[in-house]
Amino acid sequence: MWVARKAGSTKDDAVPSRRAGWFRRHRTEILLAPIVLATVLLLWEGLVLWRGYPSFILPSPVLVARKFLVVLADGVLWYHTRSTLIEIALGLVLGLSTATVLGYLIAKSPRLERILSPYLVAAQSIPVIAIAPLLIIWIKDPNLSKVLICAITIFFPTLISTVVGIRSVEPDLIALMQSLRATRWQILTKLEIPGALPVLFGGLKIGVSLAVIGAVVAEFIGADRGLGYLINLSRGILDTPLLFVALVSLVVVAVLLYGFVSLLEHRLLAWKRIE
Amino acid sequence: MFATIPLAQERVHEPPRASQAMPLVSVDQVERLYDASSGQAATRALASTTFRVYPGEFIAIVGPSGCGKTTLLRILGGLLPPTRGKVTLRGEPLTGPRSEIGYVFQHANLMPWRTVERNIALPLELQHLPKEEVERRARDVLALVGLQGFEQAYPRQLSGGMAQRAALARTLVHKPELLLLDEPFGALDAITRERMNLELLRIRAAYEYTAVMVTHNISEAVFLADRVLVMSHRPGRVVCEVVVSLPRPRPLENMGTPEFARLAQEVRAAIDRQQEPALPG
Ligand SMILES: Nc1ncnc2c1ncn2[C@@H]1O[C@H](COP(=O)(O)OP(=O)(O)OP(=O)(O)O)[C@@H](O)[C@H]1O
Ligand SMILES: [Mg+2]
Repeated sequence: MWVARKAGSTKDDAVPSRRAGWFRRHRTEILLAPIVLATVLLLWEGLVLWRGYPSFILPSPVLVARKFLVVLADGVLWYHTRSTLIEIALGLVLGLSTATVLGYLIAKSPRLERILSPYLVAAQSIPVIAIAPLLIIWIKDPNLSKVLICAITIFFPTLISTVVGIRSVEPDLIALMQSLRATRWQILTKLEIPGALPVLFGGLKIGVSLAVIGAVVAEFIGADRGLGYLINLSRGILDTPLLFVALVSLVVVAVLLYGFVSLLEHRLLAWKRIE
Repeated sequence: MFATIPLAQERVHEPPRASQAMPLVSVDQVERLYDASSGQAATRALASTTFRVYPGEFIAIVGPSGCGKTTLLRILGGLLPPTRGKVTLRGEPLTGPRSEIGYVFQHANLMPWRTVERNIALPLELQHLPKEEVERRARDVLALVGLQGFEQAYPRQLSGGMAQRAALARTLVHKPELLLLDEPFGALDAITRERMNLELLRIRAAYEYTAVMVTHNISEAVFLADRVLVMSHRPGRVVCEVVVSLPRPRPLENMGTPEFARLAQEVRAAIDRQQEPALPG
């Protein structure tokens, strides 16, 4: 009886499922966020009033908010945001799939690693900003080149975390799977993927932040839409409130992406939070 | 010294008590070399080793650290091919892992992302058995090792003894005929170790298995085994065997008897002889 109760209770506080518990644990952050936000906005508004900056240098938050409502209503903001989101999504799919597959092969074959690593290190040392213009010149389709640039930015962190993650799988667990006559597929799905997941998520969190940067870089250089393009455009026409709107939207996109990955991690790696 | 070792070896080749039965496992002049790898010279881990295991026997293997006990056990489990010699299981050559062999590792080796119940069910899951059967058999074996109530716990919530119990349960769940145990209780405290030893014998009442167990602990070896095989320094080989003729069932009080002390002393003396530098040749 005691045993049963003990196991039950450890499970309950180990896997926080109830919303109340979640709120209690994160109460400080949740209550603090609006206070921080309000303070920043007030200081910003105060600064503009005090120094009397013209709106093309530093628009007041009220002005930015008004601009936000305008571009939200006429669909301009959504048009650009959607374009950036699609690029990031396709870039993530392309970058993640190629990097995890290649990373797995490298992790499994020291020979392949020896052959490929000089080229990979060389390729990695070139900043994406430097090759982005080339890609835009070479590839006719501007959408494809943007997706490619985004994929390249997340390629290396994902590749490296895949290699590290797969190599971190306990060799004795592989021996165990072999002693149980598991197939290669069973070893992959029941051992290597769940075993590599914690490290992989570390890479993915860096990767999604980089993906946003990659998309903006691509849009800066050659594009006719997207949030990066909107920033460039508003700077050109000295519409600084619009620039702020685009900037804030970019931050929101990045935070949402990161939050989504964190949520996924929270779900899939519940066992990591025990004790 | 020269006289005792060949004599002992002879006894290893022809175990008196079961020479008429067909061996379950026979190990014939098995050797293992590890190839040279980065900065490491080639290692001869196991020298020509020969012995037999008869059905229903409990064999304990003791020997100095690094003498190739794990190497030998992995070869028996089909996890590692021998460089020379051959291993047969009921007369058939052993070429890889077999479902009738169960392997318990030196540490619990559980998957941290699976609950105890799902760790134990893993071998059945890999065989694509129906879900109800998997759950039923996992529950049965969980009760057998005394882990009821911890089905939903994760490995990191278990004590060392409980984790090793779960590892044992995972091996027992597919009822292997031959259990290979590599110092399964080496990391446990003395009291938990004794309890696990008793449990190992108690489980035998529920189902008859044959076992080969590596251990560093002499009283554990004498308490559990029918025969204790003593290995030499690296490259290891079985140099001597001590037959433990204590009757079964064996209660824990056995450990206090003079006969137990005499057998333990015999094993210790055989090991001590191995502490000297290996004989040439
Ligand atoms: N994969 C390997 N590659 C190269 N050498 C190895 C490998 N595994 C073991 N060895 C070497 O073979 C020898 C025997 O190793 P083994 O693990 O079989 O010893 P052991 O008797 O189990 O030791 P212990 O009692 O410490 O567990 C050691 O010298 C070890 O360094
Ligand atoms: Mg060992």
